[in-house]
Amino acid sequence: MKINKDSNIFTFSFAILMVLVVAISLAFVSESLSDMKKANKIDKKKINILSAIKVKSDRKTANQLYSDYIKKSVVVNSVGEVVQHKNIDSLAFNIDVQKQYRDKTLSKEDKLFPLFVAKKDGSEFYITPMVGSGLWGPIWGFIALESDCNTIFGASFDHKSETPGLGAEIRESFFEDAFIGKKILNNNNQFVSVDVVKGGAEAGSYHQVDGITGGTITSDGVTNMLKNDLEVYNNYFDKIRE
Amino acid sequence: MKNSLLSKKNRKLLSDPLGDQNPITIQVLGICSALAITVQLQQALVMSMSVVFVMVCGNMIISALRNVIPSRIRIIVQLVVVSSLVVFVDQVLQAFLPDVQEKLSVFIGLIVSNCIIMGRLEAFALGNTLWPSFLDGIGNAVGYGWILLAVAFFRELFGSGKLFGYQVFPDAWYEAGGGFYLNNNLMILPPMALIVVGVIIWVQRSRKSFPEELLEEN
Repeated sequence: MKINKDSNIFTFSFAILMVLVVAISLAFVSESLSDMKKANKIDKKKINILSAIKVKSDRKTANQLYSDYIKKSVVVNSVGEVVQHKNIDSLAFNIDVQKQYRDKTLSKEDKLFPLFVAKKDGSEFYITPMVGSGLWGPIWGFIALESDCNTIFGASFDHKSETPGLGAEIRESFFEDAFIGKKILNNNNQFVSVDVVKGGAEAGSYHQVDGITGGTITSDGVTNMLKNDLEVYNNYFDKIRE
Repeated sequence: MKNSLLSKKNRKLLSDPLGDQNPITIQVLGICSALAITVQLQQALVMSMSVVFVMVCGNMIISALRNVIPSRIRIIVQLVVVSSLVVFVDQVLQAFLPDVQEKLSVFIGLIVSNCIIMGRLEAFALGNTLWPSFLDGIGNAVGYGWILLAVAFFRELFGSGKLFGYQVFPDAWYEAGGGFYLNNNLMILPPMALIVVGVIIWVQRSRKSFPEELLEEN
């Protein structure tokens, strides 16, 4: 029997078969590489956490340096109360703040907020992860606060798919370094966060940094991310400061 | 012998895209990635290798299936083949070269829309047997790749004074070290890629005259 290549049945069968083959083979590839991808993600997270306290590391050294510098992990809830757990370090590290952020069914009260305490050159730093939305996808980062829980010691940002050369610049050091020395509290000790300002920060302001030209929506995403997440951690910091 | 493996015709399939029929400099296809990921040689190399892989496999798959693919959905079939190859490359890079993958980010995904690949599948692989399609794939992808590497060579050398991440100019040359030299920051910006590609096209055309004229003569 000769198959009529132009018939609808053949076309549909071909399309269905093709999609099945492609889907199965790609799923197989993705599954078989998933362990390596996971390990890469963990390394990357450690590199990012370390870079918030200005410790340079690469995939080889990240593990060692992480255990050298990060002395304590804390998990707090949305009002800043410390969550108790047997294995707090692994709980804190493994909380997927991005997944939590995406999960719209989760109310703010149910979310957990990890916090890493680092010791470098004798002083303590509080490293807070944060996550928000950029233009095309998620953005995230880590902010390290000095022991006064107010002054930003360092920041590291990353993103999934912001526009290269524009929004993607948030992970470049010129942007991250602009946060150094900014304060999240105003003179009356009220929480104000730090804003990324289109058109440039006011000179001498402790609460503004320059936005990225052509990356306004990503910049605004960073502003919102800082505001939302630092506010939660500030509840916890309030208790430390007392 | 009508079709020896490396007959003159087949050799031409391989060599034409490297020079006279180069996809970037003559056909001016695939320009956007040539501008975007030629700041560093390493990125350009990984990108070129990815394109070689996608191009060759895509060409061969389409060529093998050319008598089966229903003509009404052939573009869709091509797209599916190319995009699954691209996803495959992306996954492999994520696992083995995560840092490069991060830098290339969206551009790996954009191989799907690289006009060179779709163009070759549609124009060549659909009408030719496996071996010529294989050669054509290698020829075009390498023709794309060497331009990428050439552009990246100049941009990385003059933009950051490095090649493959290794510093080429000694510290003493730089102003910070009391020297006279400054990296040319313009080289890092996309417009310079366009200019470098332009210079390559200029050199090529001044040597080979204009392809448009050749067409008329033929």
